[in-house]
Amino acid sequence: MPLLSLDSGWRLHQRVSLRPEPFGALAYHYDNRRLNFLRSPDLVRVVTSLGDHTTVALALSDCGIEPTRWPTFERALHSLAASDFLQPQEQQPEEPA
Amino acid sequence: MAKLTDELKLGLDAPICMTWELTYACNLACIHCLSSSGRTDPDELSTAEAKAVIDEMRDMQVFYVNIGGGEPMIRPDFFELVDYATSSGVGVKFSTNGSRITPERALQLAAMEYLDIQISLDGADAATNDAVRGDGSFDTAISAMDALQQANFGPFKISVVVTRHNVPQLDEFKALADQYGAELRLTRLRPAGRGADTWSELHPLADQQVELYHWLLAHPDVLTGDSFFHLNALGDESLPGLNLCGAGRVVCLIDPVGDVYACPFVLHDEFKAGNVRSTGGFKQIWQESDLFAQLREPQSAGACASCGQFDACQGGCMAAKFFTGLPLDGPDPECVTGHGEASLASVGSGSLPEPTTNHSKPVPVMLGRR
Repeated sequence: MPLLSLDSGWRLHQRVSLRPEPFGALAYHYDNRRLNFLRSPDLVRVVTSLGDHTTVALALSDCGIEPTRWPTFERALHSLAASDFLQPQEQQPEEPA
Repeated sequence: MAKLTDELKLGLDAPICMTWELTYACNLACIHCLSSSGRTDPDELSTAEAKAVIDEMRDMQVFYVNIGGGEPMIRPDFFELVDYATSSGVGVKFSTNGSRITPERALQLAAMEYLDIQISLDGADAATNDAVRGDGSFDTAISAMDALQQANFGPFKISVVVTRHNVPQLDEFKALADQYGAELRLTRLRPAGRGADTWSELHPLADQQVELYHWLLAHPDVLTGDSFFHLNALGDESLPGLNLCGAGRVVCLIDPVGDVYACPFVLHDEFKAGNVRSTGGFKQIWQESDLFAQLREPQSAGACASCGQFDACQGGCMAAKFFTGLPLDGPDPECVTGHGEASLASVGSGSLPEPTTNHSKPVPVMLGRR
């Protein structure tokens, strides 16, 4: 699993669903059956727009996230990538089984 | 940012952990059955009604549902409903005693996606298991596990209700699970259903609770459904999990006739929020029922406020208190600091709640209330 950095491209894993909740969103991974809590609406916007941008930095900037908050977002995204909730863009989506 | 658990206590737009008991019919008569199952209720949801419930789960994005019973595989439309759920994006984990898992059925199950199976086993040997689950039930469960393994189902779960008779077998359960490439799941015995009659003779003793707490800390890969958070007052380290009572907040139960209860351990009118056949369906019950609104209010620590451990144990399990006649804002009957025993001693035998639902077959229960 490559490391998530601001200048790499990522997207929400194709087998992950997001459910809006008052605190942000609940994420469920249909492959590993894990749950994750996205605990701010901004984080939800960033996560859902990752796939539309070639780098994480562009997604953060496009979502209007203040640069001072980027380290916090990078940590949150890194942890989502580590648990397979995000996947690198260069990785081809699997064919549905 | 508020603590996650504080946010969860306010409730979610849809449950995280939802249990759905498909039928009260069961070929076994386990002496601790939470739902006092045995006979089919004539009013159980039809196939069409069950599919409508699944449609609601899909629309509310309930990602998975825990199906149980009774023995859910007894329902003639069991496979149809599981197929319908998983193809709607609602993953299924179902609990079974294994009696219907033949080699052929195991192959069928192995071919299905988003499906997880949990085999119930309450002893690591036939004598211990069958004393709770009935003669022959250990061999039945092992045959089912063999069939799943032969069919290459993959990692299923072995689900154990912890009792004072099987605490000494924790390592054996783990070895058995490892042998099958299965995951071990341990849950807490609740004094609900027929368990109300047998709890006082089955629940782990104080020294066994300490043993269990340390064993769980040493085995973080063992699943618990967050059911042992009352043990957190035993030490500085918390067991993995959310450490909160999820009833009506993140958890609920739909019973075979469509009644919605706050959690799988409180099938009693007192904790019934509505019925899925009502006009607004399940969604309206989850989001608007008075009972669930009340459970999402800040709860008082009550008599536990003066104990330094409330943050650790959260006062324990609402269902355990209710069915043993204890006040809900007081200690758990199995409070690890011993406050529960004192409270239990003051409960008069006439003040226990009467069951409001019972589908037991007319057979003698082996252990009586003392």
